[in-house]
Order: sequence, then structure tokens, then C-alpha cells
Amino acid sequence: MPKDHGIGASDKRREDVRFLTGAGHYTDDIKHYGATTAVFCRSTVAHGVIKSIDTSEAEGMPGVLAIFTGADFADVGGNPAGWLINSRDGTPMKEPKRPVLAHGKVRHVGDAYAAVIAETELQARNAAEAIVAEIEELPAIVDMAAALAGDAFVHDEIETNQCFDWGWIEDNRAATDAAIKAAPHVTTLELVNNRLVPNAMEPRCSIGNYDAGNDSYVLQTTSQNPHLTRLLISAFVMGIPENKLTVIAPDVGGGFGSKIYHYGEEALVLAAARKIGRPVKWTADRTEAFLTDAHGRDHVTKIELACEKDGTFIAFRTETMANVGAYLSNFSTATPTFLHGTLMAGNYTVPNVYVNVKAVFTNTAPVDAYRGAGRPEATYSIERVIDKAARELGIDPIEIRRKNFVKPDQYPFTSAAGLEYDSGNYDALMDTLEKHIDRKGFEARRKESEAKGMLRGLGLNAYIEACGIAPSNLVGVLGSRVGLYDAATVRVNATGNLSVMVGAHSHGQGHETVFPQIVGEMLGIDPQSIDIVHGDTSKIPFGMGTYGSRSLAVCGSAMVRATEKIIAKAKKIAAHMLEASADDVDFKDGQFTVKGTDKSVSFGEVALKAYIPHNFPLEDIEPGLEETAFYDPANFTYPSGAYACEVEVDPDTGKVRVDRFVAVDDFGNIMNPMIVTGQVHGGLGQGIGQALLEGARYDDDGQLLSASYMDYTMPRADDLPFYTVDHANGTPCTHNPLGVKGCGEAGAIGSPPTIVNAVVDALQSAGKNVTHIDMPLTPLRVWDAMQNA
Amino acid sequence: MASVTMKVNGKSVSKDVEGRTLLVDFLRNDLRLTGTHVGCDTSQCGACVVHVNGQAVKACAIFAVEVDGAEVATIEGQANADGSLNVIQQAFQDHHGLQCGFCTPGMVMSAAALLKENPKPSEAEVRSYLEGNICRCTGYHNIVKAIMAASGQDVAAIAAE
Repeated sequence: MPKDHGIGASDKRREDVRFLTGAGHYTDDIKHYGATTAVFCRSTVAHGVIKSIDTSEAEGMPGVLAIFTGADFADVGGNPAGWLINSRDGTPMKEPKRPVLAHGKVRHVGDAYAAVIAETELQARNAAEAIVAEIEELPAIVDMAAALAGDAFVHDEIETNQCFDWGWIEDNRAATDAAIKAAPHVTTLELVNNRLVPNAMEPRCSIGNYDAGNDSYVLQTTSQNPHLTRLLISAFVMGIPENKLTVIAPDVGGGFGSKIYHYGEEALVLAAARKIGRPVKWTADRTEAFLTDAHGRDHVTKIELACEKDGTFIAFRTETMANVGAYLSNFSTATPTFLHGTLMAGNYTVPNVYVNVKAVFTNTAPVDAYRGAGRPEATYSIERVIDKAARELGIDPIEIRRKNFVKPDQYPFTSAAGLEYDSGNYDALMDTLEKHIDRKGFEARRKESEAKGMLRGLGLNAYIEACGIAPSNLVGVLGSRVGLYDAATVRVNATGNLSVMVGAHSHGQGHETVFPQIVGEMLGIDPQSIDIVHGDTSKIPFGMGTYGSRSLAVCGSAMVRATEKIIAKAKKIAAHMLEASADDVDFKDGQFTVKGTDKSVSFGEVALKAYIPHNFPLEDIEPGLEETAFYDPANFTYPSGAYACEVEVDPDTGKVRVDRFVAVDDFGNIMNPMIVTGQVHGGLGQGIGQALLEGARYDDDGQLLSASYMDYTMPRADDLPFYTVDHANGTPCTHNPLGVKGCGEAGAIGSPPTIVNAVVDALQSAGKNVTHIDMPLTPLRVWDAMQNA
Repeated sequence: MASVTMKVNGKSVSKDVEGRTLLVDFLRNDLRLTGTHVGCDTSQCGACVVHVNGQAVKACAIFAVEVDGAEVATIEGQANADGSLNVIQQAFQDHHGLQCGFCTPGMVMSAAALLKENPKPSEAEVRSYLEGNICRCTGYHNIVKAIMAASGQDVAAIAAE
């Protein structure tokens, strides 16, 4: 039975009230006295040498307060990549500098080379248009294969467009090659994981403030991780001491990865605020967002699956080119490597896995982690090639997966790609999926579709992901330049209510509701008396923010540990109040009781005592009731799932309609089923969008053809069905206190191959020998595939 | 500059604005009603939907001077007189029809316009009507469910939670 309060209950979200009444505070809603506006001059060519920038006319225009060009930042640091990847030959990756403003060259359309600060936005825009930049256009480097083969470079100083050539696990390469050579059956698939634009509905926005009296700065910005942003600005880009910089991420209108990263606009508004002594705001318009937000995916992959004739997997071998765009964004080197290659064994006991990834610079926007980040790419490659192999071998797509699943008695299971899966039950997920999908009735539904002139296909999929990033010890060995713990401070106020300061950031995930459910249950108090404080580095402990489905698994664990410390100290205080030994005090339902007696005090009474410490044993107990914990996970968490969908394809037009979609997930223990279900829904929307609708397209000149909602096909309500979501039977994570695994990305990981598998199945049912179509499966692509089959 | 007078959420306001001022900027900057959001600049996303004389309008696609003399309703004026959420707002909360909240004001305003012209819309009618409102968080499931629930329909059969 679902609970009606506390852990596991579908509490309604308290943050909804402000969002539903227009009372939220997004960054662009914030107005400062004396505020000014920044507007950027952005390159209209993909690649070119900046010969000169003439700002003289603009400087004299009405309202103009300051103008910056790349030269103003030539001496400050670059925005770094957070993960050092070594190539197969042991050499470190190429790391060209990513400046605040382009200097010397522009490297993608939208690359900012100047900025104007003016009294009003209109004045800033007018002045920006009066800046004359002489840019000598160079041929654009857009296609990855051509970039690797050519002798023109995005970054001349590194004399190559290859960032790295990474092998995982390099020591397994020879064995994998040999296994494939000797295998009775090898299925090969070449595929493209299409480039996407994250498209949080709130465009990026940053406000810089400088306080000359304290020589200190405040940056209000659309960020998923304010401490990480502060660290990057302080330690790498601008050298502002951390104690002189506060970063605040207020209400943030979605992120999906794109707001993890530090962007040059944030540094610019801080520098400008200091120069003019007034607040400086920049708000992206949607086209700027398309041109400059870090994009996602963009892999070109060849995968081979070697197996026995009975479908037993022998080896996966993958070669991928991963586009990193014009500059290395903060997680861009981790995403195609350790968030992708390490998952290339999937849910399977396959003994041999080898992955080669070449990361390629191109004259396109930077590419980085987008919802799922590497794991959707891994799952897509694996689950598409398995489907193709099953068809070639004449084995049922569910049976071939079950035959190779890691079994429940094999945990902890070390995969051939090097990760140790702690828990799971993939057969049980598939059992649940089969209950939902009425497979027996599929043929009848197919016939009904055919009677209408439509084709019907069934697509199946299993996925695993690594979430809760990440154990610092492990990622440190793998090249991460940061630790990936998180932190929480639980402050019990004198009157018994609580402020809980957390390092995670909520931009849609509902932390303000779920975190109090957990602390409230642990302390036996009303969750409504607990408030979550997040997003302000001057208020919260140093945490790493929200991405990689980590908030609950990592920050939630820190919060549990801090709450346990609160209980331990409160027990001591209660023992003193009850004139008993702390060992003799029990705590349950908000009451401290001396064992075997009816002597008790409430949590509220203990809180008050902590702050009014009359007759307090000061030699044993400090006044106050506030505790902080940092939590560094022992391992990744491993959510997994089994997905299925049915599609109808119109053979006359190629149009695909998703008729039904079932997602069965193992997220471990569930804290708030309503919110978890909502997270899956959102991931499915984005994953189905990737499969059917979305694609960021550059032409040969490096112009982004899909730079507005007129051109980039966002999923809309009538593109998507109602989903069936089931996460009732999770296997708890074995190494964090809540047993949680993370649910934010699953839908986007599991759904693209499910859809493509279904469309291929539909076309095969019409006798068309179509084995693959690259995403997005637009009507034209599907129709073309049918004509050419 | 031009003078505009309009009634916004029942209150009369008069301001001098530049002719180029969009209604959404007038609401956000001049009246400090920041619940109406700008998500795209090309009148595609619907985060800026308000009502002008009862009709749903994208406030990024109309000048403030064009609504001179009109009655404008924004998200800030939707709650019941006692401050509680109205039926649509409550349904969005009950059915988890929002996550980050950025598209939500536009969704609620569009939903209100839909239910005014079609008090019991089918799933297909709701989905079709929302073609001008983009949400990136919810996959639309719970938005559609919330709007159907707000119309008094039983949505218990529409998937769990």
C-alpha cells in the first residue's frame, strides 16, 4: 500500500504553489537598482580569423557604459575541462584554451567576440550592431571524419582536430578482437546518435554585482551547481577568491545538463559589474541558446556484437567518433568516455568489451552532457545491435536479452567494461514488462492496424545506467579533476523547525518537497516544519550540484548522515534533561524516552533546550543543534529497466505514431512515487523526441540550420502518448543509506532504441528489409528507407 | 512614447510606453508581473500566454499599445479570491503537471482558455490545443491529465500516480 505521508508517499509539491501563481523567482525576474544590460556580438561565421574589431562608433552611442573584446580577457584563465582523458598511447588529451571572449579566431557560429554594456537592452543592441569586426572567413570544419583527415584545424596551436583517442579497456582490446574473429556470428551496425539541443524552457541568464566596499562579487545565474560554477570562476577563469564570490542559482527553469557548465557570459557580467560599478544583466534569447548552450550526443558509431548461434553474447566492440564542438565544455571529455564506454557491457554477462572513442574538435557549438550523458549513447548502440542480431539469428528479442542478462545471484557483478553492479534483477523487470504489454494480443493489434492500411511494430529494450556520480576515489583514478561528493547541513532552530541547507540544486526535481519528507520521517516531525535551502553558496555547504541523477543518492545521503548526527546529539541533550544515560534513551516518532519508563521529552523540547542551555553540561555538550555531513559514495548506483512500445507507421507517408509506451524501472527504494513517475515521463518525452523529431543540423559552412523553434522540432503534446510507468519493485542500492538509485535520466536513456526497434519491426512486418534508420525517424527518412529496401 | 491604459487582473493601469514595447515586456518590466515568461521570442513556446479580453494571446507577439483599453489577465490573477489555487492550478498541483515551473503560467492560461470554449475536452482535444505550448520537463502526460481533471473528468484510469 502506498503510504500517505513521509518516505514513500506521493506528497504534493510545495514549490508548485509559487510556480502556479507566478510568484517564482527566476534569474531574469530579478531587478536590481541601477541595473544595466549586456549584449554580445557573436560570430556569424563558423570559423575565421579576427583581423580587427572597431568599437569606436559604438563607444560614443547613447547609454553605452563599457565595451569588452577578447583582448580584455587575453590574460585571464581559460574555462577548463573537468576530466583529463589520456589517449591509448598514454598521451594526455589536447586542451586548447576556452577564453571568456573569442580572441584571435572565432570557432563557431555564435562564438562571442565582444560585449556591450549599456543602460538599456535597446541601447546595448544598437551599439553591438555598430561594432565592426573584420573577420577573415576560413573553411568550416564540420564533419568529424573530414576533421580528423584534414590539415586545417579548429585550434591551430594543437595541430590536430583530435582531442583524444581513448581505448576502454585497452588491455581487453586484443582479446576482444580475437573473440570477434573466432565468433560463429557477428552482427555489425553503423549508427549516428543525433545531435540534440537541451532546450530548457528558461534561457540562460546571468547577473553580475560588485561591491566595492568589500571587494566582493555576487553572481546570480541559471545554474544546476552554484559551487561548481564558483570554483571554476575562482580557481581557473578570473582568480576571484572564493570567499569574495557568491554564486546564487535561484529558481531555474530546467537544465537537463545545459546549466551544469560555466559559460563565458558569467565571467563577463562579473568583470563588467566591477568595471562600471553597477549590476549587469545578460539574458539569452532563444536563438542565442541554440547557438551557445552546450549541445548533446553527436556520436558516429560502428558497433559489432559477436555471439554464438544460440544468441549467447561473446563480445561487443565499438568505435565511436564523438563531437566535442569548438571548445571543451566542463564535462565534455567525461561524457563520451567514462559515462559511455564503461556502460558498454549493458545488462549482460558478455565476457569481452572494447570501446574506442575519438573525440573531435569541429566548428560547432560545444557538446557536453545532456540528460543521460553518454549512457543514452551506450544503450542505443547496444540495444540496436542486439535487436539486429536477434533478427539475424531468428531469436525472440526478449529471449536473447534474458539469455544474456546478469542474474540476481551474480551481484556484485563486475562487468566486462569494468564497473561493479551492486544490485538489480533484470529478469524481474522483463517479467513485469511482459505483464504490462499483452504481447499475446500484439498480432491482433497488428492486424487491426493493417486493416487501416498502417504498419504496427513492437520495440523492446533493456538498459542499465551508472548514476549517483560519483565515488571520488574511483573517478580520481579515471581522470576527474574534482571530487563528486555532496553535502548537507541540518539546522534545528530553537523553536523546533528546521532549515536544511543542501548542495544539490532543484530545477524541477522537487527537492523542496522530497527532502523534508525524509528528514521529517527520521525526526518524527511534520515535514511542513522543514525548509530546504539550496542554490546559494553563501548559505549552503560545498556541494557539487544536480546532474547525473545524483541529488538523492549523493546529497540525500549526506542529508541522512547529518540528520543522524542531529539525532545522536539530541539524544545526549534529552538524556541530560531526563537525567539518564544517552545509551538508555530511545528515539521514536519524535519522542525521546528513557528505556523501560514513561519519562520522555519531545524533539521540540530538546531543540529549545539546545539553544537555551541553562543548567547545560557544557563540558560534554555544546549548545546549539546543527550538523553538517559530507557524503562520498562508495560506488555508482545502477538503475536499470525494461521498456517496450508499439508504433504505427503510415507506409504512404512514413509518419510514425507512438501508440503506447511502457517503462519498467528499478530505481531502488522510492521516496515519492509521484515525482519519480514525473521524472520518467519527462525523460521519455525527451527520448522519444530524440528518436522521432529532434536534430541539431549544421550545414557544410557550419551554419546552424535548426536555431529556433520554427526549425528544431521540439516534442509537443500531440506528438506523445500517455505512458505506463512502473517502478514498484526496485532492488535497493546496497551502498547508500536510503537504498536509492536515481531516476532523472532513465526515460531518456531507455526510450530511443525502443522506438527505433519498434519502427524497424513495423517495416519488417511489411516485408521491407530495413535493419536500421538513423534518428530522428522523420517521415522522410522512414519513407526513404521503405523505398530503398 | 504612447500612453496605454488597460485593466490587468482587474486593476486599471496607465503608463507611457514606447510603441515598440511588447505586451510581455510591459507586464514584466513596467508592471513587475514576472509570472509571464519569455521562452523563445518567436511565439512558439507559449510561456508568455495571457488573456486579452478573454482570449488566449502570446504576449511576446503583441504590442502593449495594441491592447490599450483591454482587459488583460495574467497568471498572477488566477487564484481564488481567498488566495487559494483555482481549479486548474489545483489540478496541476494534484496531478504533478509541472516540474521546473517555467512553462507553467502559459500552460495554465492556455488550459483556462481551452476549458472556456470546450468544457469537457478529450485527450486528443487537449493535446491538439496545446500545440502552441512547449514543456520540456513533463513529457506532457501529467499536464494533459491535469487539464482533463480540471474539467471534471475522471482521470483515475490514466496510468498510475
